[in-house]
Amino acid sequence: MADALRIVGGTVYDPINGIDGDIRDICIENGKIVDTVKEDAKQLDASGMVVMPGGVDMHCHIAGSKVNLARKFQPEDHRGDVHPSTRYTRSGTGGVVPSTFATGYRYATLGYTTAMEAAIPPLGARHVVEELNDTPIIDKGFYILLGNNVFLYQLLEQKRYDDLRQAVAWWLNASKAYTIKLVNPGSDEAWKGKKNQNVKDIDEKIHFFDITPREVIKALIDVANDLGLPHPAHIHCNNLGHSGNYRTTLETMKTADGRRVHITHIQFHSYGGEVGKNPTSAAKAISDYINTHPNISADVGQVMFGKSTIMTGDAPLAWMLRNVTGGHTKWINADTECESGCGILPFSYQQHIYTHALQWAVGLELFLLADDPWRMVLSTDHPNGGSFMNYPRLIRLLMDYEFRKEQAALANQKAIDSTGLLDLKREYTMQEIAIITRAGPARLLGLADKGHLGVGADADITIYDDKADQETMFSAARYVIKDGHLFISDHEFCADHEGRILHVAPQYDAAIEGAIKPFFSDYYTIQFNNYPVDEHYIHNHQIIPTSASA
Amino acid sequence: MSEQIKIVEDATCTFCGCVCDDIELTVDTEKKCITKAKNACVLGRAWFSEHGVADYPEALIGGKEATVDEAVEEAVDILLEARFPIIYGMSDTTCEAQRQIVAIADYLRANIDTTTSVCHGPSGIAFQGVGESTATLGEIKNRADLVMYWGCNPAEAHPRHFVRYAVSAKGMYTPNGKKDRTVVMFDVRSTQSTPVADIFVKVNPGKDFEVLWALRALVKGRTIDAAIEERTGVSLETLQDLVERMKSCRFGVLFFGMGLTMTRGRHFNSGALLALAADLNEFTHFVAKPSRGHGNVTGADNVVSWQTGYPFGVNFNRGYPRFNPGEFTTVDLLSRGDADAACIIASDPAANFPRKAIENLKKIPVITFDPKPTVTSQLARVAFTTATYGINVAGTAYRMDDVPIPLRPAFESPYPSDEEVLIKIKKRILERKNH
Repeated sequence: MADALRIVGGTVYDPINGIDGDIRDICIENGKIVDTVKEDAKQLDASGMVVMPGGVDMHCHIAGSKVNLARKFQPEDHRGDVHPSTRYTRSGTGGVVPSTFATGYRYATLGYTTAMEAAIPPLGARHVVEELNDTPIIDKGFYILLGNNVFLYQLLEQKRYDDLRQAVAWWLNASKAYTIKLVNPGSDEAWKGKKNQNVKDIDEKIHFFDITPREVIKALIDVANDLGLPHPAHIHCNNLGHSGNYRTTLETMKTADGRRVHITHIQFHSYGGEVGKNPTSAAKAISDYINTHPNISADVGQVMFGKSTIMTGDAPLAWMLRNVTGGHTKWINADTECESGCGILPFSYQQHIYTHALQWAVGLELFLLADDPWRMVLSTDHPNGGSFMNYPRLIRLLMDYEFRKEQAALANQKAIDSTGLLDLKREYTMQEIAIITRAGPARLLGLADKGHLGVGADADITIYDDKADQETMFSAARYVIKDGHLFISDHEFCADHEGRILHVAPQYDAAIEGAIKPFFSDYYTIQFNNYPVDEHYIHNHQIIPTSASA
Repeated sequence: MSEQIKIVEDATCTFCGCVCDDIELTVDTEKKCITKAKNACVLGRAWFSEHGVADYPEALIGGKEATVDEAVEEAVDILLEARFPIIYGMSDTTCEAQRQIVAIADYLRANIDTTTSVCHGPSGIAFQGVGESTATLGEIKNRADLVMYWGCNPAEAHPRHFVRYAVSAKGMYTPNGKKDRTVVMFDVRSTQSTPVADIFVKVNPGKDFEVLWALRALVKGRTIDAAIEERTGVSLETLQDLVERMKSCRFGVLFFGMGLTMTRGRHFNSGALLALAADLNEFTHFVAKPSRGHGNVTGADNVVSWQTGYPFGVNFNRGYPRFNPGEFTTVDLLSRGDADAACIIASDPAANFPRKAIENLKKIPVITFDPKPTVTSQLARVAFTTATYGINVAGTAYRMDDVPIPLRPAFESPYPSDEEVLIKIKKRILERKNH
């Protein structure tokens, strides 16, 4: 394990422990933060530098079959952004969908030490685990898509709520996942079974089923809470991208009825206006609701101008975007039997386009209107809203009003003026940045040992040069420590590292397998016994405990 | 049942891209052979019965018996001395081994390529241009009511495809199996698969692109001249009828094979088919799927893609991956005489590559990994005998539809797995490079 180390004289931001820019030492031993170390322990001089817990990205798309398809079909995305090997690190390619090694190294370069892959069909769990094992440095986990799961729909239809809970617990264990993900619940049946239709109304019956999307949402929110999962149901709401969709988002949040729920990339779900017409900003309505309902958390899903890739479990959405270009864009659709769908296409957000400028403004409004930054954390839904390599620029936009104004002036003015963005003069403090990029996500994920620098925390630490230009500052950490090992020193990699896979293992009654097995025989094309991901795939892992029902 | 005999349930067959995982193996653990493979097709039965444990030397150097460690050292000598080493094959081994292969290529700054480049490589190239609307095979089983096969012969190449996935398979919305489906076959001649088809469309050789493009045009409401029949062998009426069926089906699928990828047009053929499937989504739900050949070629695609960003034909000479089919694909490298050393894993190019490529292969030092002697291993400077994946070695294989499936070995082999030998080679390369 790692030697003892004392980080001396850094300016520390540790929101969970109430440290807001104090100059103090941080001590590490055996991979953890400790109270103190021996006199003769190695020292790292961090004077003049900013010390924070390692970054935590709670929603990104970095591994698995969907990501690999997106990666494979955009060679042009990689050519101009090579990632050479070093003495310590493997080579790769970058762009908006980097290869796995490059992904891990680049997250680390930004000072991130944990990232959660946001959407995996359980049938592909083995694949995502293999890719995550090849994603160096960072600790990682993933969310499994259950919101369109056919077997669970059958249980719900039959009102077998206990069985539903057992089945979800079984699925989380079998796939080694972190939590339950819902994407446009109810839509897969319409997409695959009704000639490419979509769900418009969460109170309309799902095609061929006697249940509604709202019932699916409620059931899975309840199950996640009842199982005491560290992170609640994580929801990509219906009607993403459509004008007026903020109403669907409000209805989805209301369905939680006071229980914990996480609404993801909420920017895409915060539009007013009428269907078929230009969207307007409904950031205030969404923000007001979240500010007054502490059971709700969200990540923003900020759009950043420049190249992105749409990769989503929301297959009808990708199809719609493909048609917006007149069908001239290459496009992937990939259905997964009994479980989910996905759509992928190359994309870019351009400042002069009304909708894109509006989206950019709405995301910023959501950040700036948030009373509680612990519950409105940073994401770009990488790479849907833009690459994670944009995070430093986003941080500067939040901290620097003049810069924000400058950038807004370059964008479609009609869109900017239709929002309240320029009236929001708030500038995020360094502490608030530490909240939305580390402390907040760690807390929302229920990772008690991450996102802070208190005694007992994992020694995942980032040390930045203190620079006036926050974009430069956050673009490349000077030192990054993971599990007490220093692997970026003076901006260079000095070691490689394999992070852990974080997953949950809620208890379940094995009798549920008797119900699931026949479904597999009839409708899957993989044997039930070959489906679960066994232990040898996750040699470096950590189980995050569930708690009593929340 | 004696102690000698063991049953392995839910075993996975890796002969072809169907990767059936419902095989029940009867294993004689003393004789180290598989005596029965319930549910396996003719190819699978041959696969399981032909891979016992023969008495080959664990390694050969220059045709003489050697230990694995000696052979590792010789192989590393060859690879470190070479200026343009190439690695090829990969499709009949585990993902775990494939990951080691890419690592070695990265450390050596070598060229790495998979059998995709002589198989569905053109489909991979088309995919990069057009994308792909696709689905896992269970969706076909549960939903597809129009199943089309173009330029492939599943009866001989993927024998359980019809029964397990696409034609007679009974699913949620296809409870009557074949009766709930219409099957269409496109080919230049009748094959063993033709009897399964409700409609057989005979296309003139080398004219698939024209037929696909005409179908695309009709789907988009354009007019096609009746003269198409003379050019392609397919009448306008047939094309119009097909388009009606495709637009009005509930869930359609187009499977395709070498008849498109390895004939006039190649990636244009694949691209035309993929574009047709994409266009049809304006009317109904339509998917396409290349019928992948070897058991884990899809795994090779996936592993190379996630580690490098590109699926095949990858070159690390400059210290990072570059991709260029035609430049970095193995047939081309060998035919031009660019390679000065070759590591061939889980494939037999000396038996099936173009003549010029084989001639040049013979001129350079070759390292091979295979459970059995092959044409390639017999011309190799260093030949490793390795255990057979799926029969002796556990690990992961990806089915043709990208579903990852675990392998359940039947009996142990005295030979090391590909992965074990590769790890030894990788370690020695790193030790000697950092010296």
